[in-house]
Amino acid sequence: MLKRAHYWVLGAMTVLCLILLNLPPTAAARLRLGVSSLFLPLFGLAGAGQAFVDRASYASLTRATLISEIERLRKENQQLQLAADQGRDAFAENARLRSLLGWQPRAPWKLRAARVIAREPTTWWRSVTLDYGSRDGARPNQTVLTSTGLVGRIREVEPTHSQVALIGDPECGVSVLVAETRDSGIIQESRSAPDGDGLVMLRMLQRSPAIMAGHRVITSGLGGIFPSGIPVGQIVDTRSVDGGLYTEARVRLGANLNHLEEVWVVAP
Amino acid sequence: MTWIPTLALFLVAWLAAFAQTQFRPVVSILETPVGLLPALMVYASLSFDLVTVTCLAAFAGLSLDALSSGPTGVSIVPLFAVGFVLHLRRHLILRDQTYAQFWLGLSAGLAVPFTTLLLLELGSTRLIHGPFFVIQLGVLGLLNGVVCPAMFRGFDAIRRAFDYPALPETPFRPDREIKRGRL
Repeated sequence: MLKRAHYWVLGAMTVLCLILLNLPPTAAARLRLGVSSLFLPLFGLAGAGQAFVDRASYASLTRATLISEIERLRKENQQLQLAADQGRDAFAENARLRSLLGWQPRAPWKLRAARVIAREPTTWWRSVTLDYGSRDGARPNQTVLTSTGLVGRIREVEPTHSQVALIGDPECGVSVLVAETRDSGIIQESRSAPDGDGLVMLRMLQRSPAIMAGHRVITSGLGGIFPSGIPVGQIVDTRSVDGGLYTEARVRLGANLNHLEEVWVVAP
Repeated sequence: MTWIPTLALFLVAWLAAFAQTQFRPVVSILETPVGLLPALMVYASLSFDLVTVTCLAAFAGLSLDALSSGPTGVSIVPLFAVGFVLHLRRHLILRDQTYAQFWLGLSAGLAVPFTTLLLLELGSTRLIHGPFFVIQLGVLGLLNGVVCPAMFRGFDAIRRAFDYPALPETPFRPDREIKRGRL
């Protein structure tokens, strides 16, 4: 049997929930900022804990392991320097040809490093939180990537941190190209578990028998959010849909979204 | 009752909301974030007054929504619903029995994410869901079922340690008092 106090509590909660669910976006963002700032000490503590674990693991490495690692990195550095020299030549040549054709020059990316400090607490979305906020230069819709591929885009920015919608999230559709065939399509939300096998669906591909497993998928630059040419992943398999009008492909992402620790943000 | 058990309750809610964004290796094994707030609501509804239960649901739900991509306020409703229903029926529940605590935790662990999904679908929010959700639901239910008895033991220990001690029963009984004088 409900008492008068129960009715009061029920009424108050109903009103509170209705107000919260119908808040204008700016007010909702301010409220979220206020509440999430309660967690800043814990984010700091988690970051310090991670740094301590990293330092402890470095201390346990033997001298021989460190020397072999330095040797490997030295060789890799030399190879990368050669590749960078070739890239610089190609970039300069590309810029010359673009100016001859009267095309807009392509600005090189400016990358800012950021650390992942939290992940989505629910299973309905794919997102992570970075320790990179508006005071560090973060802006909505900036591209986030790793050395292995595209990660997503910044969705919400707060002074000390920002939230990134990962590829496969409903709010992170990506227009892409199959690098080998130049067929374009869109990567939309995933239907697999957020911590699943790293596969996303590439939809709206024109029916093309040339698309095969192993082909590389890169961003097309359409849509104005993601720069063109960022590697996204590789095609695993394809199938015809809508009576053969379109092709759908499963793409294995290059970036491992389940083990993101450090990422790069493409700054303007 | 002192304010320390209430403070501990809110502190655990704060940590539980944060824990849901961390513990990557555990999440990889369970394939779902470690959500312990339903079990906490079960304990609060059977041990605290309705105002505390309501405030806890609002605080925990808002905290979760602030860290999530979802609409603000959507997590409050399921947590409050679980707390409110259990609080209304608390006189019928065998609060101190471990099996009752397990089943209550399991039921709350299933009910909260399911109700959240229902609300999000009603609100036409774009979200990721598929067959994997059934497995996640089972894992969350079991997790909360296992954690719930541990929460009862931990919080009851805190209450015993910080609550004012009960008055000892005195040997004096008014019904056995010998009245002297004229009858």
